[in-house]
Formats: sequence, structure tokens, C-alpha cells
Amino acid sequence: MDLAYSKKYEDFRAETRAFLERHRTDFPKPYGGGRPSAEMLAWQKRLIENGYAARTIPREYGGYGADPDILKSRIIAEEFTRAKAPTGLAGQGISMLVPTLLDVGSEEQKRQYIAPTLRGEIIWCQGYSEPGAGSDLASLQTRGVEDGDDFIINGQKIWTSTAQSADMIFCLVRTESERAKHQGISYILFSMKTPGIEVRPLKTMTGNAEFNEVFFTDVRVPQRNVVGGRGQGWFVANATLKHERGMLGDPNAASARLHAIIELMKEETVGGQRLLDDPVLRDRLMQLQGRVMAMQFHGLRLLTAAAAGNDVGLARLIVKLEGCELNHQLAAFAIDVLGELGVLYHDSPHLRANGFWQRAYMFDLGLIIGGGTAQIQKNIIAERGLGMPREPKLARE
Amino acid sequence: MEFGLDYDQKLMQDSVNRALDRVCPLDRVREAADANEIAEDVWLALVELGIPGLLIPEQFGGVGLKLLDAALVSEALGRHVAPVPFVASCVMAPLALLHAGSPAQQSKWLPKLAAGEITAGVAISEQIAGARDGCGVIAKDGRLNGRAMFAMDFDDAAFFIVADTENKLHLVGATAKGITENPLTTIDLTRSLGELSFTDVEAEPLAHGNALAALRDAGWTMLAADTLGAGWQMIEKAVDYSKDRKQFDRVIGSFQAVKHLCAEMAAELEPGRSLVWYAAHAFDAIPSDASVSAAHAKSYLSEIGRFVARTATEVHGGIGITDLLGLHFWFKRIGLNRQLLGGPERVRHLAAVMQGFAAA
Repeated sequence: MDLAYSKKYEDFRAETRAFLERHRTDFPKPYGGGRPSAEMLAWQKRLIENGYAARTIPREYGGYGADPDILKSRIIAEEFTRAKAPTGLAGQGISMLVPTLLDVGSEEQKRQYIAPTLRGEIIWCQGYSEPGAGSDLASLQTRGVEDGDDFIINGQKIWTSTAQSADMIFCLVRTESERAKHQGISYILFSMKTPGIEVRPLKTMTGNAEFNEVFFTDVRVPQRNVVGGRGQGWFVANATLKHERGMLGDPNAASARLHAIIELMKEETVGGQRLLDDPVLRDRLMQLQGRVMAMQFHGLRLLTAAAAGNDVGLARLIVKLEGCELNHQLAAFAIDVLGELGVLYHDSPHLRANGFWQRAYMFDLGLIIGGGTAQIQKNIIAERGLGMPREPKLARE
Repeated sequence: MEFGLDYDQKLMQDSVNRALDRVCPLDRVREAADANEIAEDVWLALVELGIPGLLIPEQFGGVGLKLLDAALVSEALGRHVAPVPFVASCVMAPLALLHAGSPAQQSKWLPKLAAGEITAGVAISEQIAGARDGCGVIAKDGRLNGRAMFAMDFDDAAFFIVADTENKLHLVGATAKGITENPLTTIDLTRSLGELSFTDVEAEPLAHGNALAALRDAGWTMLAADTLGAGWQMIEKAVDYSKDRKQFDRVIGSFQAVKHLCAEMAAELEPGRSLVWYAAHAFDAIPSDASVSAAHAKSYLSEIGRFVARTATEVHGGIGITDLLGLHFWFKRIGLNRQLLGGPERVRHLAAVMQGFAAA
């Protein structure tokens, strides 16, 4: 156990800090999804050139080409947070498609898509879930029928964030209808401007349309846009879902929320009494502080294991479940702390933090459900982490 | 940056677990609990491994390791519900002498503790968890008067470290004139607790003022580690049972209702491991974080421990609550750990006080 960073890493931290200091005036507004601003694109270019974005992506595909070093990645994240500097572009293209292409894409696909995606010139959306295929994703019914060198795609996707501004989609399509459920799916890339695609915003309980529905009517897509081979889509997609689950349980987000709540409890008063002086609320705060600390140190443990190339099994499998739940509980607590003020929303007078806590409380419920529901996570923990048997298959009717 | 155990620590914990697998099976635990005594052979096996001297420097015949090493031992003891002294005798009492003892006190007691020739008790409950039933020890002119409850590692202790109402520590021989020992019987028959009454008892003061906080932090972390070990053992027993027990022509572990209970236990308990590691590490290496993280380790493991104890029992169905199965030894161990040195609400209040969020 040694929580200090060695000189090599402290030097790297100093370098990162100096870079951010030097470029403080170049910080664009944080990226909120959709089409990036010109300032954001320039910032992204600068970050890639200096190794603060696309760090481990090979140079030949437009990345910085550094060896993977998880500690350096963490230092970058810490220093950007500290400097309140916008990180590089995120989104499903960079976080999910690029790793997939690097893994299983053809040379032509890598050359065509990775660099412009990293630069923010191609924005992607993910076409996985369907109205009838949520947790049981492999039962998806969007169909691609062979027609010469193309597929003709018909069907519907849902929960497609960014679809309204995306240039391209990476999409799971059933192309081999005669094959078994998991073997009949292909992972296909195509332009969102292809004729026959309709995007309808999907408004959620927060009042915003964070998602969309996407409809495909006779959408013609070249077969060469399949990634990883026809019928291999399920396996290709599973590799990327892992990236997503890692992303959804960020312990630093929980820590930031906890600190915001402590400030809230110091500033807000009820009947002239500080909320921090209410013993019941304070006890709940302390309970959550303990949980946040546990998840933070758990994160450090996973980081150390990953840096050493060790698989920690169960310890890794619990992160999505526990992380999303904790963030949700923090939002719920902040609402309780605010009491009646906590239900103010939209543009109400007396609104606090722009309605953040209610919006987070509602939106986070979606994160508990998305990317593998809490119940699916528990199945995974029980089966892969604890070695418990799978549910027996029901006989086909 | 490395957050984890090193090779030697893993090896040490392995060897303690292996020794306990051998000398401390459930039958042995039951025998000791029925007789209401320390399992002498288990204690000797720990002496063989140098556990009583784990934190005691080599110059006094110990091994000179850190609190994180002690936490790994505590976890192993909880895992085996070992009926032996540890938290007070092997951790808190040696730390009291090391932090606050005079050279004479150290050279008189530490070698004997390290060799496992004697054990020691610690009576600080009133000053941490709060005084009940009119207890509290008043020190005046080198003499103690009053009563102290929940003295830990009580049976056969050669001396006690006692906190007075002003948070100062004293060393009192168990046979000192004017002392009365009164055992307390708890749900957990694997560990001994008692009440000490003092009538004008001669005591040696321990010099240093702030040692009580160190004792408390170490005690909290050890109890949390004990629950971590006991809790994981209960989860493993529940999982094993669920893979074996059949109802409706299936093993019950294939029902999602049962799987999800097991997954919830594991998902909640496992982050507690990192919290215990951090608290133990902070005790020696990051003093500014030591007390708050120890409090959170104690509170977190107390809360999750209770959830695991009841849920793992529930997964076993009816057999889970029988004496025959013996799951209750772990259930009760976790139950005692929760309240000792303050229940979670009390400990969280103290955590708030430490951070300036509440008045003492």
C-alpha cells in the first residue's frame, strides 16, 4: 500500500498542470453532446497533439500513440477536474466505437473512421436497444435483408441519444434470420443521412428529450460496412458494452456530489437553523460520506489492479450497480435536504442549482436501468462473480 | 501509487487463514463457546505465527508490522469466528503502551504480550460509546474509583488499559487491590467482555494525552475488519448452500430471488474491504485521515454486516436459524462488532464532530 505517486508520475502531473495553466484562456465551454463548437474542435485538436485526449490510440489512426498507462490517465482526469478544464470530446463514438474498431475493425474501416471521429468531425449514435429488445438485447428484430452488395434495413431503435445530431450510427441488425438468436446479428456502420431514416425525439420524465427513437424504412447500406464479420455483431457489441459499464459508475462524480451537498447544508437554513445542524440529516450525510469513501477507495483498488494487469473478478462487476445507485441516493438526499424547495423545477422562483438535483434524480434512474439494468447486473454478479447457476431455459412453446 | 496488499501481506493472511482452517473449525468454536472459554490451542497457533506481537517492535520481541497487517489478521479471525483475544490484547493494549507508555512500562509488558505469555484487556467504552448505568472511572492522585463496562478481552487479562472520565489512560494490574471483575455475557460467546469495579485502586498513568483517539481508531478498524471476514464467510456459506439445496426440482441458487440476495450482499460488502484497508493504512501513514476513515469503516461494516448476517441466514431457509448449522456464531459475532465501541449512529456522530459538522 503506497498512495504516493512516484517521481515519473509527479513530473507528469506537473507537466499536465503547466499545460492547463498555459492554455487557460483557450478553454471552450464544456461539451454537452451533439455537434461540437469550433472552439471545442480546436481544443480537441490541441488535446490530441499533447496527449490529453485519444492518448493511447495509435498515431496512424489519428491518436497520440502513447503506451497505455492507467495512472497517467487518472492524473489527467484529476488535473482537468482540478483546473475546471473541459476534457476532450466524449460520446459513444469515441468511448465505444473507436475501441471496437481498433479491436475488430478492418484496416479500411480504421483508416476511414477513427481519425475523424477523434477530431470530432464525425458524431456517432448507438443503435442497440429496441422496443422489444431491452435486457434481452439479442432478441432484436431490426432486419437487414441481402440485396446485391447491400443490406436493406427495416425496423426501429430506441434510447438512441445524440441521434438528432449524429452523422453516423453503429447499429445492431439481424442479417442472418435463419441462424440462432446470438449468431444472426451484424454490427453495421452507416450514415444517418441515408434515405429512409427518421429520428423522433423521446422526451423523458426530466422534461428533456435526452433520447430518440430511430425508424428505418428500406434503408440501403453496403455490406462492406459490417464490422467484425456477418453474424458476429453480438460478440462485437458485448466487447463495447464493457466500456460503457465502466463509464457509468464514476466514483469521482459521487464525490463531487457529496461536496456540493455539504456546501448546501452549510448555506441553506430552515427556520434560521443551518441544515447541517439537523442531527437526522447530518446522520444521513455521514452514511453517504462513508459509502462515497468506500466506492472511491474501491476505485483506487481497481485502478491498481488494472495497472498491474490483474483481474479482480467480482470487485469489478459490482461497480455499475453500486456506483449508479450511490449517485442516485445522493441526488435523493439533496432533494430531502432542500425539503419543499427541493420540488421546485423548471424556471420557478426560489429554484436551487437550476433544478439540478431533481433532474439528476430522475435522469439517474435511467442510468440504473440503462447499460444493463440493476437486475441484470445482479445476475452477472451472482453468475460470474459468485459462480451461481444460470436460470434454466424454459422449453420452447 | 498502489492501493492493495503486497506479496508479504497476502502470504501472511494466507498462513493465518490456513492455520485457523486447521485448528479452528466450527466444532472447536462450538466447544469453546459452550465452555465459555478462550480456545487455548487456537491461541497457541496464533502465538506460533507471532500474531500477539504483530504490532510490537522487534526490540520487544515482536514483529513490528502495521495496522493494515493487523486488519488482515482480524479479518481472518472474523472469518473463523475464532474464540481468542485479539482486538484489545494484540492491538489496542500494545498501541497504548507504544503511544503513551513509559520505557519502563514498555519493557515490562511488551515482551510478555509479544510472546503470548499474557493477554491484556482494554476498558474505554464509556469514553467512546458513552456511559451507561452510571459507569465511568474517576482518577485522582493515582487512584481509580468507579466502574467500567464492556472491557474487551476480559478473561484472563493480566492487566487492563482503562480510560478515565477525562480521557486519560491508566494501566491497572488485574489483581490490584480494590478491583472487582464481573464477566458480562453477550450474544457472542466467542469473545469475552466484562465489567470492572474500582474502589481506590492504584493505577499507573500512561503519559501521552492523545492515545485514546489512536486506540479508538485502531479498535474501530479491527472490529470492521472482523465483520468483513465474518460477513464474507456468511456469503460464501449462503452461496454454497444455494448451489446444493434443491426445491421445485432445481437448486435454489438458480432462482433469481436467491441470486439477487447473494449479489446484493457481495456488492455491498466488497467496497467495505477497500474502506478497511484505507483506514488501517491511514492509521500509520495518513494521520489527517485516520479518525474519519476509521469511523466510516466501523459504521459502514456495521450497517452492511447486519444486512449480510440476516440475509445470508435467510438464504439458508429454516436450517439457517438452527443451532445445529452454527451460522449463528457469525451472525452474533457481527452483532457484537456493531455495538462495541459505539453503534453506527454514535460513530457517525463522532465522525461529524471530527470534521467540524457537529458540536461534541
